[in-house]
Amino acid sequence: MNENRQELNRQLAQMLKGGVIMDVTTPEQARIAEQAGACAVMALERIPADIRAAGGVARMSDPAMIRGIQQAVSIPVMAKCRIGHTAEARILEAIEIDYIDESEVLSPADSVFHIDKHQFRVPFVCGARNLGEALRRIAEGATMIRTKGEPGTGDVVQAVSHMRKMQSEIRRISSLAEEELYEAAKEMQAPLELVRYVHENGHLPVVNFAAGGIATPADAALLMMMGAEGVFVGSGIFKSGNPEKRAKAIVQAVTNYQDAGMLAKLSEDLGEAMVGINEQEIQILMAERGK
Amino acid sequence: MKRIAVLALQGAFAEHEMMLRQLGVQSFQVRQLSDWMQPKDGLILPGGESTVQCRLLIQLGLLAPIRKDILEGLPVFGTCAGLILLARQENGRPRQGLSTMDTDVCRNAYGRQLGSFQTTGNIQDVGTRIPMTFIRAPYVLRTLSSQVRILTETDGRITAVQQGSQLATAFHPELTTDTRLHEYFLRLTEL
Repeated sequence: MNENRQELNRQLAQMLKGGVIMDVTTPEQARIAEQAGACAVMALERIPADIRAAGGVARMSDPAMIRGIQQAVSIPVMAKCRIGHTAEARILEAIEIDYIDESEVLSPADSVFHIDKHQFRVPFVCGARNLGEALRRIAEGATMIRTKGEPGTGDVVQAVSHMRKMQSEIRRISSLAEEELYEAAKEMQAPLELVRYVHENGHLPVVNFAAGGIATPADAALLMMMGAEGVFVGSGIFKSGNPEKRAKAIVQAVTNYQDAGMLAKLSEDLGEAMVGINEQEIQILMAERGK
Repeated sequence: MKRIAVLALQGAFAEHEMMLRQLGVQSFQVRQLSDWMQPKDGLILPGGESTVQCRLLIQLGLLAPIRKDILEGLPVFGTCAGLILLARQENGRPRQGLSTMDTDVCRNAYGRQLGSFQTTGNIQDVGTRIPMTFIRAPYVLRTLSSQVRILTETDGRITAVQQGSQLATAFHPELTTDTRLHEYFLRLTEL
């Protein structure tokens, strides 16, 4: 669509910075998340850990369920559509969702193409494991990027490696000579003008969050230290012993990630963390979906 | 040298810091009580989610000390969420925020993200054709005392107000390249 919409959509993501976006499956959970200080909620029928356990095809959530959550809270409400599923995205736009997550957590609907996000008025966030992937999604119209991580595992290792990869590639592009950018764009399969933006500015042209496997205040702080501008927490909250307390602690940990003393206090008595599964034990690597 | 505190609990605080840097003014981030204890000439409350910022202000024990300093005359500039934090009422009901400004505000007054927009407007004492970016923005329903001066209206709705050395806008000057509102605020810190 027009430039102006893209800019406004990038700017909404700027307002979410330094915040925590939480997965919720009911209006009740949405209220708990808002009370705990979530800067937005992701409305979905099943959290990634349960999608993993259930198997089968995972699709967009029931619009009635999403509406229920929109009515329950005043913070922005996001929802997921399947990669390449333009019709699901149109439905989410029709119910005035604040952000669409074209997400590898759901089963991809198109094995080659992502949605042409420029054709929409609502904003999109997309997952990326590295800089090339991030820039391809931005070229398609994504106005916010998050790491893919490995959702539903409670293991932060993939989010860490994706964030590290992204940051080190950004540093590398920044240090290249002007005439080396063409080859870099070719290697990364990313548009030259976006590679040039990264070269000149030393960061992505959109906000970059961490996501996938974050389960504790320490996990969230770790990713903030690595340069994440905020975090998504999926299964980690409502699969834990005391969701309310954990959610609150993660929100505070993101604000004061540099203060180890405060992190220590925030990590106390949180009850049982999400059990979690190692990436070696899982059947499907969701991060491999949609490159 | 002037030093401005920027509330950095959540939201677009980096954009304000950049604006101040461009104007050659020092700033520092406020993330907890020990940060707030530093000497300062003014405070900026950035855009973001007002519910998040409000909760963090309370949890971190920042609400009361910041409120006290504003009431004692510390100049403050709130944008979007900042305008909400400063307001005394929301839809006619008392708010539990900083509540230092005699305003009654409406949150998400333009609806969801599809209602976000850009425009330009004239602002009293600040300038003409100033770019304004509204992101899931609030506006001021009404002023609650004669001490509040309306600086501008957008389509008949109050979107910038001043009460003494408190300045608030429903839009985000920090998302544009126009520095006039920040310069205006810096002049308030000199009074």
